[in-house]
Amino acid sequence: MNGPQDLGGKHGFGPVVPEDETLRFHADWEKRVLGVTLAAGALGHWNMDASRHARESLPPAVYYNASYYEIWLRALEHLLEDAGEITAEELAAGRALAPGRRTDRCLKAKAVPAVLASGSPYDRPGPDPRFVVGDRVRTRNHQPKGHTRLPAYARGCEGVVTACHGAHVFPDSNAQFAGEAPAPLYTVRFAATELYGAGADPTLTVSIEAWEPYLDRA
Amino acid sequence: MHDHPHPDNELDEMSARVRALETILVEKGLIDPAAVDVIIDTYENRVGPRNGAAVVARGWSDPCFATWLAEDASAAIASMGFEGRQGEHMVAVFNTPETHNLVVCTLCSCYPWPVLGLPPAWYKAPAYRSRAVREPRAVLSEFGVTLPEDTRIDVWDSTAEIRYLVIPERPPGTGGLDEEALAALVTRDSMIGCGQPHRPDAE
Repeated sequence: MNGPQDLGGKHGFGPVVPEDETLRFHADWEKRVLGVTLAAGALGHWNMDASRHARESLPPAVYYNASYYEIWLRALEHLLEDAGEITAEELAAGRALAPGRRTDRCLKAKAVPAVLASGSPYDRPGPDPRFVVGDRVRTRNHQPKGHTRLPAYARGCEGVVTACHGAHVFPDSNAQFAGEAPAPLYTVRFAATELYGAGADPTLTVSIEAWEPYLDRA
Repeated sequence: MHDHPHPDNELDEMSARVRALETILVEKGLIDPAAVDVIIDTYENRVGPRNGAAVVARGWSDPCFATWLAEDASAAIASMGFEGRQGEHMVAVFNTPETHNLVVCTLCSCYPWPVLGLPPAWYKAPAYRSRAVREPRAVLSEFGVTLPEDTRIDVWDSTAEIRYLVIPERPPGTGGLDEEALAALVTRDSMIGCGQPHRPDAE
């Protein structure tokens, strides 16, 4: 979607503010957001792509004024409401007014280390790739209203395939709960001059991961 | 509203909002507060950039391991016990005298958690996400890094579940150092591509 999250190449956001690598959180509430978000994910009501879509669906003025943990929290509230697990009335009251649904899926403390350590791979059996390393491809002018992982700055641009990763879960479909629809995934490298025009840094290349439905042969 | 470039500094309203949600979910039996505590402890105290520094140091010390990293980073890194959430599909990219690598996620905050821990606030903020793919030299200057004008810069935008780890160049004058001493030279930012490792004489 052409939402606030699609930031690559945009101007006007000011300088980067480095910080010490020993700094983990800026406030205690951020820790709770991290923990509650991951624990609630175990309920299985949504997937990674749906949660990303919930974040980018926040109104742009909200998204740009929020820290990232605030974005996570606001999106989590929406996801839980959509799943029928909480209501706006409960959020306003600050307490439960009805029982939970998937209480059988509640993540227990003793299960956490194994869940975090195992992760969830996204490669799947799927169709054979159309392209091979070295092929020149052009990204489509792909602007769905729903979730996509083709960034706007790389639409309609010609690049070269530098890696083939096999088939991976296709976010455009998975985010809508329309199935994983695995598709071949590639790394595609672009010259900055192709992305941004003649004034771009001639020493710069940018690579994205692109699923086959984003690509045509150049 | 604040207008300073620190998007991760909010105060009490947020604390209240999080507490309300957590209370509701605990009352409903949907989350276990002890599980939340374990998740926080994992990423506050156990999983962080020292993991990645150990990977880089081994790559600098052991050419066979470096080759393994280049060919199958997921397996090489997992062999050191670093695997799991947000690190399922790893790729290592190696800096050379001719090429510098830089990692970003323009669309959200994708980051290799098992080796680097949680992303820093700047990595998730609009300034870095918008500019890293367009003017990385200007971004690097804000980290105090200046590259030669003819150095090629390869930026990796993490638009799928592939996660990148930058292997910086081994600093000169480190020939006698063991893996532990080498790892101490490796900074988090150098593994994102926004910094350089420390020099031994600067320690």
